[in-house]
Amino acid sequence: MAIKNQIKQSLIIAFWFMILTFPIMVIKVNTIRHTIDFRWANLVGVGIVTFFASMTWNYFLRRNEDQKKKEMDDDIPLIHRLLQNDRFRRPFLGVVAAFFLAYPFVFPMYHTSIMISALVYVMLGLGLNIVVGLAGLLDLGYVAFYAVGAYAYALLNLHFGLSFWVVLPISALLGTFFGVMLGYPVLRLRGDYLAIVTLGFGEIIRIVLENWDSFSNGPRGIGDIPAPTFFGHQFNQENTMVYIYFIVIGLVLMTIFFVNRLENSKIGRAWIALRDDEIACQAMGIDKFKTKLTAFALGATWAAMGGVVFAAKTSYINPMSFTIWESITILCVVVIGGMGSAIGVIAGALVLILLPEYLRAVSEYRMLVFGALQVIVMVFKPDGLIKSVRKVYTFNVQEKAIHEQTNT
Amino acid sequence: MNKPILNVKNLTMSFGGLKALDDVSISIEKGQIAALIGPNGAGKTTFFNCITGIYEPTKGVVEITPPGKNTQSLRGLKPNYVTERGIARTFQNIRLFHGMTVLENVMIGRHCRLSSGIIKAMLQPPSQKNEEQKAVTDSYEILEKIGLEKYVNDMAVNLPYGAQRRLEIARALATDPFLLLLDEPAAGMNPQETKELDDLILWLRDNENLTILLIEHDMKLVMSLSDWIHVVDYGKKIAEGTPEDIKANSDVIKAYLGDESDDA
Ligand SMILES: Nc1ncnc2c1ncn2[C@@H]1O[C@H](COP(=O)(O)OP(=O)(O)O)[C@@H](O)[C@H]1O
Ligand SMILES: [Mg+2]
Repeated sequence: MAIKNQIKQSLIIAFWFMILTFPIMVIKVNTIRHTIDFRWANLVGVGIVTFFASMTWNYFLRRNEDQKKKEMDDDIPLIHRLLQNDRFRRPFLGVVAAFFLAYPFVFPMYHTSIMISALVYVMLGLGLNIVVGLAGLLDLGYVAFYAVGAYAYALLNLHFGLSFWVVLPISALLGTFFGVMLGYPVLRLRGDYLAIVTLGFGEIIRIVLENWDSFSNGPRGIGDIPAPTFFGHQFNQENTMVYIYFIVIGLVLMTIFFVNRLENSKIGRAWIALRDDEIACQAMGIDKFKTKLTAFALGATWAAMGGVVFAAKTSYINPMSFTIWESITILCVVVIGGMGSAIGVIAGALVLILLPEYLRAVSEYRMLVFGALQVIVMVFKPDGLIKSVRKVYTFNVQEKAIHEQTNT
Repeated sequence: MNKPILNVKNLTMSFGGLKALDDVSISIEKGQIAALIGPNGAGKTTFFNCITGIYEPTKGVVEITPPGKNTQSLRGLKPNYVTERGIARTFQNIRLFHGMTVLENVMIGRHCRLSSGIIKAMLQPPSQKNEEQKAVTDSYEILEKIGLEKYVNDMAVNLPYGAQRRLEIARALATDPFLLLLDEPAAGMNPQETKELDDLILWLRDNENLTILLIEHDMKLVMSLSDWIHVVDYGKKIAEGTPEDIKANSDVIKAYLGDESDDA
């Protein structure tokens, strides 16, 4: 029964594709002899290939659904099981730490440079994860805050000679400030409307940077941005890359540390509750607007810090680095990685940023392959590469009894 | 001298042409268990929504006099501020946080009584840790009071229906209210669960110093629990009085019991 329907559906799809591709696959105009060739064999080919592709696609989709029904919520991703298991946690984290420590010394500078980009996206992803994954606010203008950070470093250095380490905290504050300023008017909107307006705001910032020549140097951008110094010491080019690499590692660790604490606090609970049910949340005394604004502003804080690192690494920035495309990429990192899951976001950033770099081998089809992979992930793993497993509060009854005994 | 704890005067709520509430006045005394009854669509839930700030009433006065405090108006306040002032509610269609455990649901209720902000959440000084720990134990104690402690670490969605309704009450209680608004708390409960709910509501009034206003269709429950009953029909208040008065009131019988006798 189901199989019959399946075949029927696939036949229709195949037929439809045959019609769609008819003009390009079948008709061929011979310009020399002024005749038209009909390549009927191609038509048959398209039909057969589409039919089988559709059948396999459906087969995997159904298998996926069956599995989901069986497992329900119990399928905790492997990596979480590893991390929860005391025997594996230490060795696992040890291997990961050793890998990242050794990385810049083992691989050539080019790879270190790519890894830095990926790690900056980890930071951005974790920041956006607060906004999208935890608080459930679809923000398509996230890149605006990234730009704020990058331009803050470039301009403050250009005009006042402020160094990387001075600008980093300043830009974090600037990010928060811009987050509040932009969030204030737009956070009254919800869902799609919020997405559209944030998209607009992101573009406004870029267009301002492009056109306010006297302020931002317009489309020419700003160059000669110095790399970070180590207590006043400037490394050579290669060592600078290594140095920035470790700065980013440090920042990523700090991000994970703070985001984790936020997530497991009063405010983190409020974000998750707000995502679940706004009305009930307000009835519990949670200020909807303030809670959303906090998420938005905190996300912006991390974006701005990411921007500073980006500017320091590339030493040249212009508005073209901060297009809507960038926002989409960061959003993909969060969604493909696994919304709400820090480990997922890290995996997402590494895959999404490293993959296109290494796919340069198949350069022409790079974006095509990349897009196809994303679609496949979304179809077969709708929760992202690594599903979010929230640390829930568990109450230990015995613990409480002891607690009370000591109190009385 | 003793002002009513909740005083609603001439409340009107229009949705376009429809007057869901039309000039309704209701006042609730401290320590009362009051009921708001009426046929489906009479405007009962809308009444709750107007008090708790989910809707802003088209017209009318909503005043509270919390025990030991001055009279203040609630009109135009956002729902979270109404909750902060000490009014908690449950929902007719259960609105628990599905992705959270039972304990966490109650902890969300504690939210507005906790003081730690973002900076403290990130730095986790001892004061913040203690507060979190206290929120956990407080929430557990509330669950014990309501009799849900055995579910403490379960996901809220996995609870039996009756327990979900009780969890809504536990969560409301966590906000430290003086007035509790219950929207059809017995809906979907079996007779045993309804009996337990009856006991719980009485217990809450007597031991937690709560004033309770409940919307309910279960006439047996309403008649046995309530000190005072308000009846609305088509957005208009048609009667109020003791359960005996209401049972004998011909308008009520016509409007409510006549229409919905199978519900009673
Ligand atoms: N947000 C709304 N918009 C339009 N009409 C509404 C809205 N909320 C309630 N109503 C209408 O108000 C009337 C009263 O509804 P309600 O208060 O839910 O009744 P009940 O007494 O059953 O709780 C109904 O006719 C309902 O359709
Ligand atoms: Mg109702």
